[in-house]
Amino acid sequence: MSAALVEARGLAHAFGATPVLRGVDVALSPGKMLVVLGPNGAGKTTLLRALSGVLRPHAGEVTLDGVAIAARTRREVARRLAVVPQESAMPFPFSVREMVALGRAPFLGPLGRESADDVARTDAALAALDLAALAGRAYPTLSGGEKRRVLLARALAQGVDTWLLDEPTAHMDLGHGLYCFEWLRGWLAAAPGRGILLVTHDLVLAARFADELLLLERGAVAARGTPADVLTAERIAAVYGVEARVERDPAGGIIVSPLRAIR
Amino acid sequence: MTRSRAAVLVALALLLAGALASSLFVGSAEHATREIVLGIRLPRALLAALVGAGLATAGALLQALLQNPLADPYVLGISGGAALGGVAALALGGGLWLGSAAVPIVAFAGALGASLLLYAIAAAGGRAPAHSLLLTGVVFNAFASSLIVFATSAADLARVAGVFLWLIGSIRMVEPALLAAVAALLALGLAIALRFAYALNLIAQGDETASQLGVDVPAARRWILAGTALMIGASVSVSGLIGFVGLIVPHLLRLSFGSDHRLLVPASALGGAAFLVVADTLARVVLAPTELPVGALTALVGGPLFLVLLRRDLARMPAA
Repeated sequence: MSAALVEARGLAHAFGATPVLRGVDVALSPGKMLVVLGPNGAGKTTLLRALSGVLRPHAGEVTLDGVAIAARTRREVARRLAVVPQESAMPFPFSVREMVALGRAPFLGPLGRESADDVARTDAALAALDLAALAGRAYPTLSGGEKRRVLLARALAQGVDTWLLDEPTAHMDLGHGLYCFEWLRGWLAAAPGRGILLVTHDLVLAARFADELLLLERGAVAARGTPADVLTAERIAAVYGVEARVERDPAGGIIVSPLRAIR
Repeated sequence: MTRSRAAVLVALALLLAGALASSLFVGSAEHATREIVLGIRLPRALLAALVGAGLATAGALLQALLQNPLADPYVLGISGGAALGGVAALALGGGLWLGSAAVPIVAFAGALGASLLLYAIAAAGGRAPAHSLLLTGVVFNAFASSLIVFATSAADLARVAGVFLWLIGSIRMVEPALLAAVAALLALGLAIALRFAYALNLIAQGDETASQLGVDVPAARRWILAGTALMIGASVSVSGLIGFVGLIVPHLLRLSFGSDHRLLVPASALGGAAFLVVADTLARVVLAPTELPVGALTALVGGPLFLVLLRRDLARMPAA
Protein backbone atom coordinates (compact mmCIF):
# COMPACT_ATOMS: atom_id res chain seq x y z
CA MET A 1 0.00 0.00 0.00
CA SER A 2 1.36 3.39 -0.93
CA ALA A 3 1.60 6.30 1.50
CA ALA A 4 -1.52 8.31 2.29
CA LEU A 5 -2.16 11.61 0.51
CA VAL A 6 -3.67 13.13 3.60
CA GLU A 7 -3.83 11.45 6.97
CA ALA A 8 -5.05 12.31 10.46
CA ARG A 9 -4.16 10.52 13.67
CA GLY A 10 -5.94 10.93 16.98
CA LEU A 11 -7.79 14.12 16.07
CA ALA A 12 -9.61 15.66 19.00
CA HIS A 13 -11.30 19.02 19.16
CA ALA A 14 -13.95 20.81 21.17
CA PHE A 15 -15.91 24.03 20.80
CA GLY A 16 -16.13 25.30 24.33
CA ALA A 17 -17.05 22.36 26.50
CA THR A 18 -18.64 20.43 23.63
CA PRO A 19 -16.34 17.81 22.10
CA VAL A 20 -16.76 17.64 18.30
CA LEU A 21 -13.96 15.23 17.43
CA ARG A 22 -12.88 12.43 19.75
CA GLY A 23 -9.82 10.54 18.60
CA VAL A 24 -10.49 10.30 14.86
CA ASP A 25 -8.03 8.50 12.59
CA VAL A 26 -8.43 8.72 8.84
CA ALA A 27 -6.18 8.18 5.83
CA LEU A 28 -6.89 8.90 2.17
CA SER A 29 -4.96 6.60 -0.16
CA PRO A 30 -4.10 7.40 -3.79
CA GLY A 31 -6.78 6.32 -6.26
CA LYS A 32 -9.53 6.26 -3.66
CA MET A 33 -12.75 8.08 -2.97
CA LEU A 34 -13.25 8.18 0.78
CA VAL A 35 -16.66 9.38 1.92
CA VAL A 36 -17.29 10.66 5.43
CA LEU A 37 -20.82 10.09 6.69
CA GLY A 38 -22.60 10.91 9.88
CA PRO A 39 -25.69 12.59 11.29
CA ASN A 40 -25.83 16.36 11.85
CA GLY A 41 -23.31 17.40 14.46
CA ALA A 42 -21.17 14.29 14.05
CA GLY A 43 -18.07 16.40 13.36
CA LYS A 44 -17.82 15.96 9.57
CA THR A 45 -17.21 19.60 8.68
CA THR A 46 -14.83 20.07 11.61
CA LEU A 47 -12.86 17.05 10.38
CA LEU A 48 -12.68 18.59 6.91
CA ARG A 49 -11.45 21.90 8.32
CA ALA A 50 -8.80 20.13 10.35
CA LEU A 51 -7.69 18.10 7.31
CA SER A 52 -7.26 21.30 5.27
CA GLY A 53 -5.28 22.89 8.08
CA VAL A 54 -7.54 25.89 8.68
CA LEU A 55 -8.53 24.47 12.05
CA ARG A 56 -5.75 23.52 14.44
CA PRO A 57 -7.09 20.54 16.42
CA HIS A 58 -6.59 20.43 20.19
CA ALA A 59 -4.95 17.03 19.87
CA GLY A 60 -3.71 14.81 17.09
CA GLU A 61 -1.85 15.49 13.88
CA VAL A 62 -2.66 15.90 10.19
CA THR A 63 -0.05 15.03 7.60
CA LEU A 64 -0.19 16.01 3.94
CA ASP A 65 2.03 13.98 1.63
CA GLY A 66 3.85 12.72 4.71
CA VAL A 67 4.64 16.13 6.26
CA ALA A 68 2.76 17.68 9.17
CA ILE A 69 0.30 20.18 7.73
CA ALA A 70 1.01 22.59 10.57
CA ALA A 71 4.66 22.65 9.47
CA ARG A 72 3.78 23.67 5.93
CA THR A 73 3.00 27.22 4.81
CA ARG A 74 -0.53 27.87 3.58
CA ARG A 75 0.90 28.22 0.10
CA GLU A 76 2.60 24.81 0.23
CA VAL A 77 -0.66 23.25 1.39
CA ALA A 78 -2.59 24.95 -1.44
CA ARG A 79 -0.11 23.58 -3.97
CA ARG A 80 -1.06 20.04 -2.91
CA LEU A 81 -4.62 20.17 -1.66
CA ALA A 82 -7.82 21.68 -3.07
CA VAL A 83 -10.92 22.32 -0.98
CA VAL A 84 -14.35 22.61 -2.56
CA PRO A 85 -16.53 24.39 0.00
CA GLN A 86 -20.27 24.58 0.17
CA GLU A 87 -21.36 27.67 -1.70
CA SER A 88 -21.14 30.75 0.45
CA ALA A 89 -22.51 34.27 0.28
CA MET A 90 -20.38 36.31 -2.15
CA PRO A 91 -21.21 39.99 -1.92
CA PHE A 92 -19.01 41.09 -4.85
CA PRO A 93 -19.78 40.53 -8.55
CA PHE A 94 -16.66 38.55 -9.45
CA SER A 95 -17.05 36.97 -12.87
CA VAL A 96 -17.14 33.19 -13.29
CA ARG A 97 -13.76 33.35 -15.02
CA GLU A 98 -12.23 35.37 -12.17
CA MET A 99 -13.57 32.88 -9.62
CA VAL A 100 -12.12 29.89 -11.48
CA ALA A 101 -8.79 31.68 -12.09
CA LEU A 102 -8.34 31.99 -8.31
CA GLY A 103 -7.45 28.30 -8.35
CA ARG A 104 -4.08 29.38 -9.78
CA ALA A 105 -3.42 31.66 -6.78
CA PRO A 106 -1.03 29.28 -4.97
CA PHE A 107 1.24 29.33 -8.01
CA LEU A 108 1.29 33.07 -8.71
CA GLY A 109 3.58 35.79 -7.40
CA PRO A 110 2.34 38.29 -4.83
CA LEU A 111 0.94 40.65 -7.45
CA GLY A 112 -1.05 37.84 -9.08
CA ARG A 113 0.39 38.07 -12.58
CA GLU A 114 -0.92 35.12 -14.62
CA SER A 115 1.27 33.29 -17.16
CA ALA A 116 -0.03 31.87 -20.44
CA ASP A 117 -0.03 28.48 -18.71
CA ASP A 118 -2.23 29.80 -15.89
CA VAL A 119 -4.68 31.23 -18.42
CA ALA A 120 -4.72 27.94 -20.37
CA ARG A 121 -5.42 25.92 -17.22
CA THR A 122 -8.27 28.29 -16.31
CA ASP A 123 -9.73 27.95 -19.81
CA ALA A 124 -9.46 24.17 -19.64
CA ALA A 125 -11.20 24.05 -16.25
CA LEU A 126 -14.02 26.28 -17.53
CA ALA A 127 -14.46 24.02 -20.55
CA ALA A 128 -14.33 20.81 -18.50
CA LEU A 129 -17.26 21.94 -16.37
CA ASP A 130 -19.21 23.36 -19.27
CA LEU A 131 -18.82 26.91 -17.99
CA ALA A 132 -17.25 28.59 -21.02
CA ALA A 133 -20.54 30.20 -21.99
CA LEU A 134 -20.95 31.58 -18.46
CA ALA A 135 -17.37 32.87 -18.11
CA GLY A 136 -18.40 36.52 -18.18
CA ARG A 137 -21.39 36.17 -15.86
CA ALA A 138 -21.27 37.56 -12.32
CA TYR A 139 -20.93 34.66 -9.85
CA PRO A 140 -23.66 35.89 -7.45
CA THR A 141 -26.24 35.76 -10.26
CA LEU A 142 -25.72 32.01 -10.87
CA SER A 143 -28.02 29.22 -9.68
CA GLY A 144 -26.88 26.97 -6.84
CA GLY A 145 -25.89 24.18 -9.21
CA GLU A 146 -23.92 26.54 -11.43
CA LYS A 147 -22.06 27.89 -8.40
CA ARG A 148 -21.08 24.30 -7.50
CA ARG A 149 -19.64 23.82 -10.94
CA VAL A 150 -17.64 27.04 -10.59
CA LEU A 151 -16.13 25.84 -7.32
CA LEU A 152 -15.30 22.45 -8.86
CA ALA A 153 -13.70 24.24 -11.81
CA ARG A 154 -11.63 26.30 -9.40
CA ALA A 155 -10.28 23.09 -7.82
CA LEU A 156 -9.61 21.71 -11.30
CA ALA A 157 -7.68 24.86 -12.26
CA GLN A 158 -5.64 24.42 -9.09
CA GLY A 159 -4.35 21.23 -10.68
CA VAL A 160 -3.57 19.32 -7.46
CA ASP A 161 -4.12 15.63 -6.77
CA THR A 162 -5.90 15.69 -3.42
CA TRP A 163 -9.42 17.09 -3.13
CA LEU A 164 -11.57 17.67 -0.07
CA LEU A 165 -15.24 18.40 -0.75
CA ASP A 166 -17.91 19.58 1.69
CA GLU A 167 -21.32 18.20 0.72
CA PRO A 168 -20.83 18.57 -3.04
CA THR A 169 -24.39 17.44 -3.83
CA ALA A 170 -26.31 19.41 -1.21
CA HIS A 171 -29.41 20.99 -2.80
CA MET A 172 -28.80 19.16 -6.09
CA ASP A 173 -31.61 17.24 -7.73
CA LEU A 174 -31.31 13.50 -8.41
CA GLY A 175 -29.76 13.85 -11.87
CA HIS A 176 -27.23 16.52 -10.93
CA GLY A 177 -26.23 14.65 -7.78
CA LEU A 178 -25.55 11.45 -9.72
CA TYR A 179 -23.72 13.35 -12.42
CA CYS A 180 -21.55 15.10 -9.84
CA PHE A 181 -20.38 11.76 -8.37
CA GLU A 182 -19.85 10.28 -11.83
CA TRP A 183 -17.80 13.32 -12.77
CA LEU A 184 -15.70 12.99 -9.61
CA ARG A 185 -15.07 9.28 -10.32
CA GLY A 186 -14.02 10.25 -13.82
CA TRP A 187 -11.55 12.83 -12.50
CA LEU A 188 -10.20 10.30 -10.02
CA ALA A 189 -9.63 7.65 -12.69
CA ALA A 190 -8.09 10.04 -15.22
CA ALA A 191 -4.64 10.04 -13.59
CA PRO A 192 -2.86 7.92 -10.97
CA GLY A 193 -2.13 9.35 -7.55
CA ARG A 194 -5.36 11.29 -7.19
CA GLY A 195 -7.62 11.06 -4.16
CA ILE A 196 -10.96 12.45 -3.03
CA LEU A 197 -12.25 12.80 0.50
CA LEU A 198 -15.76 14.13 0.71
CA VAL A 199 -18.41 14.72 3.29
CA THR A 200 -22.03 14.02 2.48
CA HIS A 201 -25.43 13.32 3.98
CA ASP A 202 -26.42 11.20 1.00
CA LEU A 203 -26.14 7.54 1.99
CA VAL A 204 -27.55 6.40 -1.31
CA LEU A 205 -24.85 8.08 -3.40
CA ALA A 206 -22.13 7.25 -0.87
CA ALA A 207 -23.02 3.54 -1.00
CA ARG A 208 -22.99 3.64 -4.77
CA PHE A 209 -19.74 5.54 -5.41
CA ALA A 210 -17.37 5.37 -2.42
CA ASP A 211 -14.34 3.09 -2.20
CA GLU A 212 -14.22 3.55 1.55
CA LEU A 213 -16.57 4.98 4.12
CA LEU A 214 -15.90 6.58 7.46
CA LEU A 215 -18.98 6.82 9.64
CA LEU A 216 -18.80 9.41 12.40
CA GLU A 217 -21.12 9.53 15.37
CA ARG A 218 -20.85 12.31 17.96
CA GLY A 219 -17.23 13.00 17.02
CA ALA A 220 -15.98 9.43 17.10
CA VAL A 221 -15.54 6.79 14.41
CA ALA A 222 -18.56 4.46 14.51
CA ALA A 223 -17.41 2.32 11.58
CA ARG A 224 -15.03 2.29 8.66
CA GLY A 225 -14.49 0.10 5.60
CA THR A 226 -16.20 -0.64 2.31
CA PRO A 227 -19.82 0.47 1.88
CA ALA A 228 -20.93 -3.14 2.39
CA ASP A 229 -18.99 -3.31 5.68
CA VAL A 230 -20.24 -0.02 7.05
CA LEU A 231 -23.78 0.41 5.79
CA THR A 232 -25.65 -2.46 7.36
CA ALA A 233 -29.32 -2.05 8.17
CA GLU A 234 -28.54 -2.42 11.90
CA ARG A 235 -25.92 0.32 11.88
CA ILE A 236 -28.05 2.75 9.87
CA ALA A 237 -30.82 2.21 12.42
CA ALA A 238 -28.44 2.72 15.35
CA VAL A 239 -26.65 5.84 14.03
CA TYR A 240 -29.33 7.61 12.01
CA GLY A 241 -32.51 6.27 13.58
CA VAL A 242 -33.65 5.20 10.14
CA GLU A 243 -35.02 1.90 8.94
CA ALA A 244 -33.34 1.08 5.63
CA ARG A 245 -33.23 -1.80 3.20
CA VAL A 246 -29.71 -2.75 2.13
CA GLU A 247 -29.42 -5.01 -0.92
CA ARG A 248 -26.58 -6.45 -2.92
CA ASP A 249 -26.30 -4.76 -6.28
CA PRO A 250 -26.01 -7.49 -8.97
CA ALA A 251 -23.53 -5.16 -10.69
CA GLY A 252 -21.38 -5.06 -7.51
CA GLY A 253 -21.61 -3.06 -4.32
CA ILE A 254 -24.76 -2.34 -2.37
CA ILE A 255 -27.94 -0.36 -2.76
CA VAL A 256 -29.29 1.50 0.27
CA SER A 257 -32.96 2.45 0.38
CA PRO A 258 -33.97 4.55 3.41
CA LEU A 259 -37.55 3.63 4.37
CA ARG A 260 -38.69 5.44 7.53
CA ALA A 261 -37.51 7.24 10.64
CA ILE A 262 -37.65 5.17 13.82
CA ARG A 263 -37.51 7.25 16.98
CA MET B 1 -1.03 43.85 -16.51
CA THR B 2 -3.51 43.21 -19.27
CA ARG B 3 -4.12 45.81 -21.92
CA SER B 4 -7.72 46.45 -20.89
CA ARG B 5 -6.65 47.00 -17.28
CA ALA B 6 -4.03 49.50 -18.41
CA ALA B 7 -6.59 51.25 -20.62
CA VAL B 8 -8.98 51.74 -17.69
CA LEU B 9 -6.22 53.21 -15.53
CA VAL B 10 -5.07 55.57 -18.29
CA ALA B 11 -8.65 56.73 -18.78
CA LEU B 12 -9.04 57.37 -15.03
CA ALA B 13 -5.72 59.23 -14.95
CA LEU B 14 -6.96 61.45 -17.78
CA LEU B 15 -10.20 62.02 -15.88
CA LEU B 16 -8.18 63.09 -12.83
CA ALA B 17 -6.04 65.41 -14.95
CA GLY B 18 -9.18 66.94 -16.44
CA ALA B 19 -10.73 67.41 -12.98
CA LEU B 20 -7.56 69.08 -11.70
CA ALA B 21 -7.30 71.36 -14.73
CA SER B 22 -10.93 72.44 -14.64
CA SER B 23 -10.79 73.11 -10.90
CA LEU B 24 -8.13 75.73 -11.63
CA PHE B 25 -10.46 77.76 -13.83
CA VAL B 26 -13.57 77.62 -11.69
CA GLY B 27 -14.12 79.91 -8.74
CA SER B 28 -15.76 82.93 -7.25
CA ALA B 29 -13.00 85.44 -8.09
CA GLU B 30 -14.07 87.42 -11.13
CA HIS B 31 -10.61 87.74 -12.53
CA ALA B 32 -8.54 84.83 -11.39
CA THR B 33 -4.99 86.05 -11.02
CA ARG B 34 -1.98 83.83 -11.40
CA GLU B 35 -1.65 84.01 -7.65
CA ILE B 36 -5.16 82.70 -7.06
CA VAL B 37 -4.79 79.89 -9.58
CA LEU B 38 -1.35 78.63 -8.63
CA GLY B 39 -1.16 79.77 -5.02
CA ILE B 40 -4.62 78.85 -3.80
CA ARG B 41 -6.58 76.67 -6.22
CA LEU B 42 -3.77 74.33 -7.29
CA PRO B 43 -2.59 73.32 -3.80
CA ARG B 44 -6.17 72.90 -2.71
CA ALA B 45 -7.01 70.71 -5.71
CA LEU B 46 -3.91 68.59 -5.10
CA LEU B 47 -4.87 68.15 -1.47
CA ALA B 48 -8.39 67.13 -2.47
CA ALA B 49 -6.87 64.58 -4.85
CA LEU B 50 -4.69 63.09 -2.10
CA VAL B 51 -7.55 62.87 0.39
CA GLY B 52 -9.93 61.38 -2.20
CA ALA B 53 -7.38 58.78 -3.24
CA GLY B 54 -6.78 57.79 0.37
CA LEU B 55 -10.42 57.51 1.38
CA ALA B 56 -11.57 55.64 -1.74
CA THR B 57 -8.69 53.15 -1.65
CA ALA B 58 -9.20 52.55 2.06
CA GLY B 59 -12.88 51.90 1.36
CA ALA B 60 -12.08 49.31 -1.31
CA LEU B 61 -9.67 47.54 1.07
CA LEU B 62 -12.09 47.51 3.98
CA GLN B 63 -14.91 46.17 1.80
CA ALA B 64 -12.85 43.18 0.71
CA LEU B 65 -11.40 42.58 4.17
CA LEU B 66 -14.82 42.62 5.83
CA GLN B 67 -16.50 40.94 2.82
CA ASN B 68 -19.07 43.69 2.89
CA PRO B 69 -19.62 46.34 0.19
CA LEU B 70 -21.09 48.70 2.82
CA ALA B 71 -17.74 49.23 4.52
CA ASP B 72 -16.57 52.85 4.43
CA PRO B 73 -13.98 54.55 6.64
CA TYR B 74 -16.53 57.12 7.82
CA VAL B 75 -19.47 54.78 8.37
CA LEU B 76 -17.31 52.30 10.27
CA GLY B 77 -16.01 54.98 12.64
CA ILE B 78 -12.40 54.58 11.54
CA SER B 79 -12.32 58.15 10.28
CA GLY B 80 -13.75 59.15 13.66
CA GLY B 81 -10.85 57.42 15.38
CA ALA B 82 -8.42 59.25 13.10
CA ALA B 83 -10.07 62.60 13.76
CA LEU B 84 -9.91 61.93 17.47
CA GLY B 85 -6.20 61.25 17.11
CA GLY B 86 -5.73 64.43 15.07
CA VAL B 87 -7.58 66.57 17.59
CA ALA B 88 -5.65 64.99 20.45
CA ALA B 89 -2.39 65.84 18.73
CA LEU B 90 -3.53 69.45 18.28
CA ALA B 91 -4.85 69.66 21.82
CA LEU B 92 -1.50 68.50 23.15
CA GLY B 93 -0.05 71.50 21.39
CA GLY B 94 0.61 70.15 17.93
CA GLY B 95 4.10 70.53 19.26
CA LEU B 96 4.91 66.91 19.73
CA TRP B 97 8.45 66.42 18.59
CA LEU B 98 7.51 66.41 14.91
CA GLY B 99 5.54 69.66 14.92
CA SER B 100 2.49 69.66 12.70
CA ALA B 101 3.69 66.49 10.98
CA ALA B 102 2.72 64.73 14.20
CA VAL B 103 -0.97 65.29 13.45
CA PRO B 104 -1.32 62.70 10.65
CA ILE B 105 0.84 60.23 12.56
CA VAL B 106 -1.31 60.42 15.67
CA ALA B 107 -4.39 60.33 13.42
CA PHE B 108 -2.98 57.09 11.94
CA ALA B 109 -2.72 55.67 15.46
CA GLY B 110 -6.33 56.68 16.09
CA ALA B 111 -7.48 55.03 12.86
CA LEU B 112 -5.56 51.86 13.68
CA GLY B 113 -7.07 51.73 17.16
CA ALA B 114 -10.57 52.17 15.76
CA SER B 115 -9.99 49.45 13.10
CA LEU B 116 -8.74 46.96 15.66
CA LEU B 117 -11.69 47.70 17.91
CA LEU B 118 -14.07 47.27 14.99
CA TYR B 119 -12.42 44.02 14.01
CA ALA B 120 -12.50 42.67 17.54
CA ILE B 121 -16.17 43.50 18.07
CA ALA B 122 -17.91 43.20 14.73
CA ALA B 123 -15.88 40.86 12.57
CA ALA B 124 -14.62 38.20 14.92
CA GLY B 125 -15.82 35.34 12.72
CA GLY B 126 -14.43 36.52 9.36
CA ARG B 127 -17.29 37.92 7.34
CA ALA B 128 -18.80 40.81 9.23
CA PRO B 129 -22.58 40.96 9.19
CA ALA B 130 -23.84 44.40 8.16
CA HIS B 131 -25.73 45.11 11.34
CA SER B 132 -22.85 44.49 13.71
CA LEU B 133 -20.49 46.57 11.54
CA LEU B 134 -22.92 49.44 11.36
CA LEU B 135 -23.83 49.44 15.03
CA THR B 136 -20.19 49.39 16.04
CA GLY B 137 -19.45 52.22 13.61
CA VAL B 138 -22.40 54.35 14.70
CA VAL B 139 -21.58 54.01 18.37
CA PHE B 140 -17.89 54.60 17.88
CA ASN B 141 -18.61 57.68 15.74
CA ALA B 142 -20.85 59.17 18.42
CA PHE B 143 -18.24 58.42 21.05
CA ALA B 144 -15.38 59.88 19.01
CA SER B 145 -17.42 62.98 18.10
CA SER B 146 -18.19 63.75 21.72
CA LEU B 147 -14.54 63.28 22.67
CA ILE B 148 -13.54 65.59 19.80
CA VAL B 149 -15.92 68.28 21.06
CA PHE B 150 -14.69 67.72 24.60
CA ALA B 151 -11.01 67.88 23.66
CA THR B 152 -11.39 70.99 21.48
CA SER B 153 -13.32 72.75 24.25
CA ALA B 154 -10.94 71.73 27.01
CA ALA B 155 -7.87 72.70 25.02
CA ASP B 156 -9.42 76.04 24.05
CA LEU B 157 -9.32 75.19 20.37
CA ALA B 158 -13.04 75.77 20.58
CA ARG B 159 -13.46 78.28 17.90
CA VAL B 160 -16.73 76.77 16.72
CA ALA B 161 -15.65 76.60 13.11
CA GLY B 162 -12.66 74.47 14.11
CA VAL B 163 -14.78 71.76 15.67
CA PHE B 164 -17.30 72.01 12.91
CA LEU B 165 -14.64 71.46 10.26
CA TRP B 166 -13.38 68.32 11.98
CA LEU B 167 -16.87 66.87 12.19
CA ILE B 168 -17.99 67.82 8.66
CA GLY B 169 -14.94 67.44 6.55
CA SER B 170 -13.61 70.07 4.21
CA ILE B 171 -10.49 70.73 2.18
CA ARG B 172 -8.58 73.70 3.48
CA MET B 173 -5.12 75.09 3.13
CA VAL B 174 -2.43 73.44 5.19
CA GLU B 175 1.21 74.22 5.77
CA PRO B 176 3.82 72.51 3.58
CA ALA B 177 5.32 70.34 6.35
CA LEU B 178 1.92 68.87 7.08
CA LEU B 179 1.19 68.36 3.41
CA ALA B 180 4.48 66.51 2.96
CA ALA B 181 3.78 64.24 5.93
CA VAL B 182 0.33 63.48 4.57
CA ALA B 183 1.66 62.67 1.11
CA ALA B 184 4.33 60.37 2.56
CA LEU B 185 1.88 58.40 4.72
CA LEU B 186 -0.57 58.14 1.84
CA ALA B 187 2.13 56.86 -0.50
CA LEU B 188 3.09 54.21 2.03
CA GLY B 189 -0.55 53.18 2.47
CA LEU B 190 -1.09 53.00 -1.29
CA ALA B 191 2.03 50.88 -1.74
CA ILE B 192 0.69 48.40 0.83
CA ALA B 193 -2.71 48.44 -0.90
CA LEU B 194 -1.16 47.62 -4.28
CA ARG B 195 1.04 44.89 -2.81
CA PHE B 196 -2.02 43.14 -1.34
CA ALA B 197 -4.46 43.88 -4.17
CA TYR B 198 -4.40 40.31 -5.49
CA ALA B 199 -4.64 38.82 -2.00
CA LEU B 200 -7.82 40.88 -1.56
CA ASN B 201 -9.44 38.89 -4.38
CA LEU B 202 -8.91 35.80 -2.24
CA ILE B 203 -9.76 37.37 1.10
CA ALA B 204 -13.04 38.61 -0.42
CA GLN B 205 -13.98 34.90 -0.77
CA GLY B 206 -13.86 34.47 3.00
CA ASP B 207 -10.99 33.86 5.38
CA GLU B 208 -11.07 30.06 5.18
CA THR B 209 -11.20 29.93 1.40
CA ALA B 210 -8.37 32.47 1.18
CA SER B 211 -6.33 30.35 3.55
CA GLN B 212 -7.10 27.18 1.57
CA LEU B 213 -5.90 28.97 -1.57
CA GLY B 214 -2.56 29.78 0.01
CA VAL B 215 -2.98 33.18 1.70
CA ASP B 216 -1.47 33.73 5.13
CA VAL B 217 -4.65 35.48 6.22
CA PRO B 218 -3.61 36.84 9.64
CA ALA B 219 -0.46 38.41 8.18
CA ALA B 220 -2.29 39.83 5.18
CA ARG B 221 -5.01 41.23 7.44
CA ARG B 222 -2.45 43.00 9.63
CA TRP B 223 -0.83 44.64 6.61
CA ILE B 224 -4.14 45.65 5.07
CA LEU B 225 -5.43 47.14 8.32
CA ALA B 226 -2.17 49.07 8.70
CA GLY B 227 -2.43 50.30 5.10
CA THR B 228 -6.02 51.47 5.52
CA ALA B 229 -5.20 53.19 8.81
CA LEU B 230 -2.28 55.00 7.13
CA MET B 231 -4.48 56.26 4.31
CA ILE B 232 -7.39 57.20 6.57
CA GLY B 233 -5.18 58.86 9.19
CA ALA B 234 -3.37 60.90 6.54
CA SER B 235 -6.60 61.94 4.81
CA VAL B 236 -8.57 62.79 7.93
CA SER B 237 -5.74 64.77 9.53
CA VAL B 238 -6.05 67.42 6.82
CA SER B 239 -9.71 67.19 5.92
CA GLY B 240 -11.72 66.07 8.93
CA LEU B 241 -14.60 63.66 8.48
CA ILE B 242 -15.49 63.43 4.79
CA GLY B 243 -18.00 60.63 4.50
CA PHE B 244 -18.92 58.07 1.87
CA VAL B 245 -16.07 58.65 -0.62
CA GLY B 246 -14.86 55.15 0.23
CA LEU B 247 -18.35 53.81 -0.44
CA ILE B 248 -19.30 55.69 -3.62
CA VAL B 249 -16.09 55.40 -5.62
CA PRO B 250 -15.36 51.64 -5.31
CA HIS B 251 -19.04 50.92 -5.85
CA LEU B 252 -19.16 52.83 -9.15
CA LEU B 253 -15.87 51.32 -10.28
CA ARG B 254 -17.03 47.78 -9.46
CA LEU B 255 -20.20 48.35 -11.45
CA SER B 256 -18.17 49.55 -14.43
CA PHE B 257 -15.05 47.38 -14.37
CA GLY B 258 -15.75 44.39 -12.12
CA SER B 259 -14.39 43.22 -8.79
CA ASP B 260 -10.76 42.30 -9.58
CA HIS B 261 -8.78 44.21 -6.96
CA ARG B 262 -5.67 44.26 -9.15
CA LEU B 263 -7.66 46.85 -11.10
CA LEU B 264 -10.06 48.06 -8.42
CA VAL B 265 -7.35 49.23 -5.99
CA PRO B 266 -5.40 51.52 -8.34
CA ALA B 267 -8.65 52.57 -10.03
CA SER B 268 -10.08 53.57 -6.65
CA ALA B 269 -7.00 55.72 -5.97
CA LEU B 270 -7.35 57.56 -9.30
CA GLY B 271 -11.14 57.64 -9.28
CA GLY B 272 -11.30 58.79 -5.65
CA ALA B 273 -8.85 61.57 -6.40
CA ALA B 274 -10.88 62.76 -9.40
CA PHE B 275 -14.15 62.44 -7.47
CA LEU B 276 -13.05 64.58 -4.55
CA VAL B 277 -11.44 67.23 -6.79
CA VAL B 278 -14.75 67.61 -8.61
CA ALA B 279 -16.75 67.54 -5.38
CA ASP B 280 -14.52 70.14 -3.77
CA THR B 281 -14.73 72.39 -6.82
CA LEU B 282 -18.52 72.15 -6.66
CA ALA B 283 -18.44 72.85 -2.93
CA ARG B 284 -16.52 76.05 -3.66
CA VAL B 285 -18.88 77.34 -6.33
CA VAL B 286 -22.48 76.13 -5.86
CA LEU B 287 -23.24 78.68 -3.13
CA ALA B 288 -20.45 81.14 -4.00
CA PRO B 289 -19.24 83.25 -2.35
CA THR B 290 -20.14 80.96 0.57
CA GLU B 291 -18.18 77.71 0.58
CA LEU B 292 -19.85 74.45 1.48
CA PRO B 293 -17.82 71.90 3.42
CA VAL B 294 -17.20 69.16 0.84
CA GLY B 295 -18.22 66.56 3.44
CA ALA B 296 -21.78 67.88 3.22
CA LEU B 297 -21.77 67.30 -0.53
CA THR B 298 -20.35 63.76 -0.39
CA ALA B 299 -22.87 62.79 2.29
CA LEU B 300 -25.64 64.13 0.07
CA VAL B 301 -24.66 61.64 -2.63
CA GLY B 302 -23.38 58.88 -0.36
CA GLY B 303 -26.25 58.70 2.10
CA PRO B 304 -28.89 57.53 -0.39
CA LEU B 305 -26.44 55.14 -2.09
CA PHE B 306 -25.59 53.67 1.30
CA LEU B 307 -29.27 53.02 2.01
CA VAL B 308 -29.73 51.29 -1.36
CA LEU B 309 -26.74 49.03 -0.69
CA LEU B 310 -27.90 48.35 2.86
CA ARG B 311 -31.30 47.25 1.63
CA ARG B 312 -29.65 44.88 -0.83
CA ASP B 313 -27.33 43.50 1.84
CA LEU B 314 -30.15 42.89 4.30
CA ALA B 315 -32.19 41.18 1.60
CA ARG B 316 -29.32 38.79 0.94
CA MET B 317 -28.39 38.06 4.55
CA PRO B 318 -31.44 37.72 6.78
CA ALA B 319 -30.52 38.90 10.26
CA ALA B 320 -29.39 35.95 12.34
